[in-house]
Amino acid sequence: MIESIALILASTMRLATPLAFAAAGEYIAERAGMINISIEAMMLGGAFSAVWGATLTGSPVLGLVFGMLAGLLIGFIHANFSHRLTVNTYVVGLTLNLLVLGLTSFLLDVMDLSQAQVSKFAIPILSDLPLVGDALFNQRWPAYLLWILIPGIWYAMYRTRWGLNMRAIGENPSAVDATGIDVLKRQRFALLIVGVLSGLGGAYLSVGEVGLFNQNMTAARGYVVIAAVIFGGWSLKGTMIGCLVFGAADAMRLALPALGVTLNAQLLIASPYILAILAMVLFAKSNRAPGSYGRPFVRGVV
Amino acid sequence: MSDTATRPAPPAPPKSTGVAVTTAIWWRRALPMAALYAVSLGIALTLAALLVMMTGASPWSAVEALYEGSLASPAAIGLSLDKAAPLLIVALGTCIAARAGLFNIGQEGQLLIGAAVFTTIALFMPGPGPLVLIVALIGGALGGAFWAGIAAVLYFWRGIPVVITTLLLVYISAQVVFYSVSQSWWLQEHLPTGGVMAPQSDLLPEDRWLPHFGEYPGLNFASTIVIALVLTVIVTVMLRRSTWGFRLRMLGMNRSAARRAGVSALVFGGTALLLSGAFAGFAGAAMVGGGNHRMQPGISENSGWDGLLVALVARENPVLAVPVAIFFGMLRAGGGFLASTGVPRYIVDVVTAILVLAVVFPPAFRLYQRQIATRRQAKALAAATSGAAA
Repeated sequence: MIESIALILASTMRLATPLAFAAAGEYIAERAGMINISIEAMMLGGAFSAVWGATLTGSPVLGLVFGMLAGLLIGFIHANFSHRLTVNTYVVGLTLNLLVLGLTSFLLDVMDLSQAQVSKFAIPILSDLPLVGDALFNQRWPAYLLWILIPGIWYAMYRTRWGLNMRAIGENPSAVDATGIDVLKRQRFALLIVGVLSGLGGAYLSVGEVGLFNQNMTAARGYVVIAAVIFGGWSLKGTMIGCLVFGAADAMRLALPALGVTLNAQLLIASPYILAILAMVLFAKSNRAPGSYGRPFVRGVV
Repeated sequence: MSDTATRPAPPAPPKSTGVAVTTAIWWRRALPMAALYAVSLGIALTLAALLVMMTGASPWSAVEALYEGSLASPAAIGLSLDKAAPLLIVALGTCIAARAGLFNIGQEGQLLIGAAVFTTIALFMPGPGPLVLIVALIGGALGGAFWAGIAAVLYFWRGIPVVITTLLLVYISAQVVFYSVSQSWWLQEHLPTGGVMAPQSDLLPEDRWLPHFGEYPGLNFASTIVIALVLTVIVTVMLRRSTWGFRLRMLGMNRSAARRAGVSALVFGGTALLLSGAFAGFAGAAMVGGGNHRMQPGISENSGWDGLLVALVARENPVLAVPVAIFFGMLRAGGGFLASTGVPRYIVDVVTAILVLAVVFPPAFRLYQRQIATRRQAKALAAATSGAAA
């Protein structure tokens, strides 16, 4: 029993890690008032580019860098279309999602990709802890970056002027604009951060956990990430708990048949999405949302 | 300091001395825009050609294959129309929701649910064929509306963004549909021999198919495209000429002004969302009734997503959606012929998406240029006034 719990915990962590990277970025974007649906494209593009980069260079680490660059590129295109030009951000996001899905499927058919995986790193002593040792301290090494990344983002958002400005943009962009800050430029920058982190999340999924790329590998995980931020009530802590919950749902999906519990296969596959919707219904209080949540900033319009 | 000295002279108003001058002005405005479109589409097509060249095939052979599959024969033209019809129907619904300022992007899911409801009614309901067909089509539309309604309820009740719920519901609907065709009590195929059953439904009885025009070697197509065109006229008139359409636009353009004028976001926005879902559901129903004649999990072939893109390219204008849908339908019909050239059919998805970006870019870029120009003028003006004051 203890063993199977430890197994489920370990698989929860493995499945939550890609979500956590992307959610850390999406958290910043949402606090700056944006709902960024192209996160799906960033993750999928990152996952593909990571395997592609690892095939080209022979190094999974460089693959991770490729993944981040792919995410950055998608973020750059999105940012310039929606927050420099004034194309609707959902139009751009959705088109990019379909573009990247088509492009990665196309390239997967055309290219020969090899397997590549970054190595595991077990932290001595700690990884021998019962129950949580394997889950927390025996992971692929990029997962440990989260221990630096998340406090870093918290510090940047709550203890620096930059973070204050970002949060203020989410609440009242016109007021921020009046102080002389270029709102759209800040939002573009936030989208680039989302791109890098989501690209890393996708790359972690492919060269981290799985070791190869499958068609539509991320399978709407990007949207689950957005749900995680909403679930978490737009707090960083809540967002990360949301990622763990959705990771656990995914882990249960894989573990339940092995534990002898038979549930309908389709229900299991749909469960993370159903859970995401239910979680938003139960926990999202719309009054906690940033003041200008999901509304594009137009100068002079209040 | 006088105003006249510092302010740059306003541009002289165009002299309207005749048609020739007006035409000239029109050209001066239209030409840069046309050039922008040309450049933007050119870049898009170049990228597509480069991708095709990666596979070792020549772009020209890919174009030939696309032409072969979409226009070369009367049958191919019919196929293009069949592929265009559901896209157009989905796009019409999207136009309605977009007018109300709501962004339903879950048409793919609403379409699948509509198709499943249609098949269920058409297989199980007793009665004369045409009656069952009509009931089933309405049922499909209601199914789609119900699926969009979930998102509408969550939005107006809990304030959850429509964008996210509709997207997540797409992935749930795919599983619902797969479940329906893998359960023998629901839609799964019944083989007389009792052999291995594929996850798909029985073939519909022939009297429950949508009417079909023409025979195979010649021009032949399902009546879906006719229905789609009729719907286009209705939607256009309703949006442009009816009070309902006006209120919808008001809601989309300025929510608080609409509220003060007595236009309820709940009633009008909710209806618009339900309608867009109903159109998508109807498109799914028509795809089963007019095309495959049986439910399969992969039936939509991304029609929901692409229908949405059609609406975006057409700038949410139902009339413009017709040629765009037909063009996208041609791409889809031609995509089937690409296999012979060794180019993966995913290229069609890539080209479709790149085209969307290429089409939305020019107007947005012109607007941006104008903003920059205004800002520069304002800066120059400020510098001039402060200089004069000093």
